Amino acid sequence: MSGRGLTVLLIAASALAMFAACLLGSTSMGFGRVLTALIGQGDVADQIIVWQIRLPRALAAFVVGTALGVSGAALQGLLRNPLAEPGVLGVSASAALGATLVIYYGLASLSPWVMPVAAIAGALVATAVIALAALRTRSVVTLILIGVGLSSFAGALMSLLMNFAPNPFSLSDMINWMLGSVANRSFDDLAIAAPFMLAGLGILFATKRGLSALTLGEEAASGIGLDLQKQRIFVVLGAGLATGAAVSIAGAIGFVGIVAPHIVRPFVGHDPARSLLPSGLLGGLLLVVADILVRLLPTAFELKLGVVAALIGAPAFVWIAMQRGAGHE
Amino acid sequence: MNELIVSGLSVKPQDATLVKDASFTLKPGDLIAVLGPNGAGKTSLLRGALGLIAINNGQAKLNRTATADLSPMVRAQSVAYLPQARPLAWPNCVRDVVALGRFAHGATLGRLGEADAEAVDAAIAACGVAHLAQRQTDTLSGGELARVHCARAFAAKAPLLIADEPVAALDPRHQFRIMDMIRGFVDDGGGAMVVLHDVALAARYASRMIWMKDGVIVADGSPAETLTQQRIADIYDVRAKVDGLNVRLDGAI
Repeated sequence: MSGRGLTVLLIAASALAMFAACLLGSTSMGFGRVLTALIGQGDVADQIIVWQIRLPRALAAFVVGTALGVSGAALQGLLRNPLAEPGVLGVSASAALGATLVIYYGLASLSPWVMPVAAIAGALVATAVIALAALRTRSVVTLILIGVGLSSFAGALMSLLMNFAPNPFSLSDMINWMLGSVANRSFDDLAIAAPFMLAGLGILFATKRGLSALTLGEEAASGIGLDLQKQRIFVVLGAGLATGAAVSIAGAIGFVGIVAPHIVRPFVGHDPARSLLPSGLLGGLLLVVADILVRLLPTAFELKLGVVAALIGAPAFVWIAMQRGAGHE
Repeated sequence: MNELIVSGLSVKPQDATLVKDASFTLKPGDLIAVLGPNGAGKTSLLRGALGLIAINNGQAKLNRTATADLSPMVRAQSVAYLPQARPLAWPNCVRDVVALGRFAHGATLGRLGEADAEAVDAAIAACGVAHLAQRQTDTLSGGELARVHCARAFAAKAPLLIADEPVAALDPRHQFRIMDMIRGFVDDGGGAMVVLHDVALAARYASRMIWMKDGVIVADGSPAETLTQQRIADIYDVRAKVDGLNVRLDGAI
């Protein structure tokens, strides 16, 4: 199957999965009822369920997965490492820290805008640090290490805040944010994140050609005409914005950015540039399907999407790492 | 006229002096072999000349503009640069790797324009890798991969080529094949500068030899002028017999 065929298939599958997400749930709704509700007709309760609960939730899962998938594919191209993902640069953790901070200080209840804006601010701070580092260093390894440092530091601060949580409610809020979920998201939540996400994805798609060049290594890429400095800054900025926006919607959801590009790569001739779009679509599809599972599993408490993603993603991560070890050394 | 003119170039990061007061000119019709022991500053000379690393003294100009001031795109359209071979990050197919040579012309992998596709196919044919075009690069031998990289450089259709040890780790036959390709490129109106470690191979192909030691260009001229027993002894600390362009190395001094 070619890259284009894969893209078409993924678009169709994503649309189907989102429709299925509208059908399935605690109150199962028939095909016809969902369809009439979708076009704004029929029972008012049905319309509310579809338009205010299920569709925003499915769409949230999809855009979060898309942002993480595209960011992962772009970072892997930049760092020439299949194990890179948005979390590597410390952007996810810093965004989650921003959200945790406003919960700790009780600011989140002031306005629905506070939490998303704090998460995006956290992501942008991390992005700025990385962008500054990218200006100063030629080494990709240095960037990864700075990302690991940022990530650990943000994690430590979050633990500190949880340690000092003023009451069980804010502790539970913080935990929710760290675990990652798309439950009870509205179109408003998506609208607040949308400009950042679109800007980030726009930057990544506009500079994707340079990712192909980096296949040759940095010196040869520069030899064929790539401006390394600019490429690094744009990918870091784009992935930072898109990831920050994703975290502002759903909290920290890991491994989508690793798994989706890994599956896509063989279909696009292992070209990082061509892997961006299908990686995004597959990332979105994976999260929509995972979220349907989360809702359908008959557990006493609803599982968190981020937990399910990690349960599937972490073993995949280890498997990919071991394959790489066998193939390259 | 495409000319790379380097004059008085020095590269001194921190305390080390990698290249000192080096001058040379590369123009179409030249096939320059750069010779010298490990650590003589050959790679730094190339990088400094291309503006890829900071130079502390002197100038490196491509068609009257300092190479460091050129955008990477513009530079790549005039000079194809083959650094020492590094493993590829992904197992792309051969045709895609060669197509990357068209990057400076705006080529996008998987959607090559007519001119790009033509240049890529011509370079693939010229380097004898047509039968490998759809293979993944991680299945190629060292010699095949070296030819793929050459094809990538030729696909750029840049008037000048700078190659850092393009025949390193290749068997004699593949060394000849790569050098034949570079000779052909020069005969077609290109200019090439190639770092080599094999003095006999260099003498056979080069129109000029640049000899380097300890960051200094100690000689620059035709093989007939500069290739002597004394030169090889001075540069490499190796005993040699030189008879015209034939060289036999006899052992360390």
